[in-house]
Amino acid sequence: MNQARNVLGKRKSLSAWILIFLMGIYLGVLILGPIIALAAGAFQNGLLPVVRSITSAVFSQALVLTIRIAILVVVIQLLLGTMIAWMLVRHEFPGKSILNGLIDVPFAISPVVVGYMLLLLFGRNSLLFPLLDRMDFRVAFAMPGIFLATLFVCFPFMIREMVPVIENLDLQQEYAAATLGASSWTRFWRVIFPQLKSGLIYGMTLTLARAVGEFGAVLVIGGGVQGRTETATLFIFRSMEERRYIEAYSAALLLGLFSVLIVFIADGLRRAHEKKKLIVSLDNLT
Amino acid sequence: MNLALEWRKERRQPGVWLLRGPSILFLVLIVFIPVLVIFQDGFREGLDRFMYQISLPIARHAILLTLWTSALMTIINAVMGLITAYVLVRYEFPGKRLINAIVDLPLAIPTLVTGIMLVILYGPQQAFGVFLMEKLGLRIVFAPPGIVMALLFITFPFVVRTIQPILEDLDQTQERAAATLGANPWSIFRKIVLPALILPTLGGSLLSFSRAVGEFGAIVIVAGNIPLRTQTAAVYVFSQVESENRLGASAVSIVLILISFAVLLIVNAIHKYWGAH
Repeated sequence: MNQARNVLGKRKSLSAWILIFLMGIYLGVLILGPIIALAAGAFQNGLLPVVRSITSAVFSQALVLTIRIAILVVVIQLLLGTMIAWMLVRHEFPGKSILNGLIDVPFAISPVVVGYMLLLLFGRNSLLFPLLDRMDFRVAFAMPGIFLATLFVCFPFMIREMVPVIENLDLQQEYAAATLGASSWTRFWRVIFPQLKSGLIYGMTLTLARAVGEFGAVLVIGGGVQGRTETATLFIFRSMEERRYIEAYSAALLLGLFSVLIVFIADGLRRAHEKKKLIVSLDNLT
Repeated sequence: MNLALEWRKERRQPGVWLLRGPSILFLVLIVFIPVLVIFQDGFREGLDRFMYQISLPIARHAILLTLWTSALMTIINAVMGLITAYVLVRYEFPGKRLINAIVDLPLAIPTLVTGIMLVILYGPQQAFGVFLMEKLGLRIVFAPPGIVMALLFITFPFVVRTIQPILEDLDQTQERAAATLGANPWSIFRKIVLPALILPTLGGSLLSFSRAVGEFGAIVIVAGNIPLRTQTAAVYVFSQVESENRLGASAVSIVLILISFAVLLIVNAIHKYWGAH
């Protein structure tokens, strides 16, 4: 940092301040302004309407559905996502690079298209529909469809977070444990798991934030039937359409705050963890 | 890596398939088959019908609107992302930590919520939006500028966070030498710093382009769903699903997927080239 100041020397007074000012204006107009506007919009008639909106039965129902789906997706991703990341790092097999490419596919596909793909697969005119109908199992416009759509859009987060973590695992420790006769189960829980923990938490948080905020895919496959397939984002969308603005703004504020909070907490945890790791390695040096 | 290979060989046992089997099955079921189905559906009546669907005036307008708003966003994002990353790495100023935190906010906020925020600030319901429209004649919401702003909000971290670590690792001896030789800050930036940042900036902006092309939640709120005016390709797909024009929805979906894939391939190529140099 000091070097940087040396290079630019006295110039900081002018060009630097212009750049800082420019960035400040840009961030204010683009990001901070709209965020403040949302809070102001929700509270424009005071606290009471906000409280009433976020405690209403309809919104609570939508929120419960969102939370149920999100937790289910996070649990599945915790297990299968970690397994897939593990497989991609530690195993060699034909077709691995194709599999690796597939993982990023959900990043590239529009959420609306994701919902539509699932509709083609499970909807009324699909190949699978007669079979599902006979089993009396509904996917489109029902919980399973919303779950699948959310799983699809959240798919890469856990894996992309865990791949570098698994790559950086200390193999020597695993080796030492194996030489000392630890079973593979013990090795996993005592040696590997502690090293994965912070990555797992961060991956779960990103997945949770994405799952809670998903809208397009859930709208197309779920249809947003109030009381049945209406998630929190769909409730916000319907409130906007029906011009119940305070309700929409309050719910949006709550959802936004929740997502921002969990990502920031996870970020803080990770930073604390990295600091601890640094201190441990410094201890080893001295 | 050698140790890892030995480790792997030692562990060749049937149990491996217990891990590999479900993983591959899951990946194929969840990701591969849905993508396959949409391509099958879009081309089921032949290439002619596919081309016909995407050349319908409303569809074509939606695709073009998506492309130009995303491209405009990409350019602004590249410039402002570069400036923000440079300022955050090179300067000390009050409020820097706060700004660093603000940069990450768009990654966490649901895009539907982003749309609502922009509508409140710049829309016709609040004083500021009315002021912009009546006094300055600026239409942001329900118009293309709203689309560009929504896309800028959502993708802002992409460029900043790609450039930041590279700028932090950049060796400053060259810059100091140039400064000693009397070069002014602008030519130092242009001749020394910028060349090192060109590829990462390009990679980050293309990533934001590919993300922008498919955006739905923020745009449907900010721009509405007005065919031939503010309807983007993703919103078009949504409206065709609603009105049960299956072939049209599939065809434009395929176009969207192909654009994103192509851009991601370019980004990958850039990363490889960059890694090699």
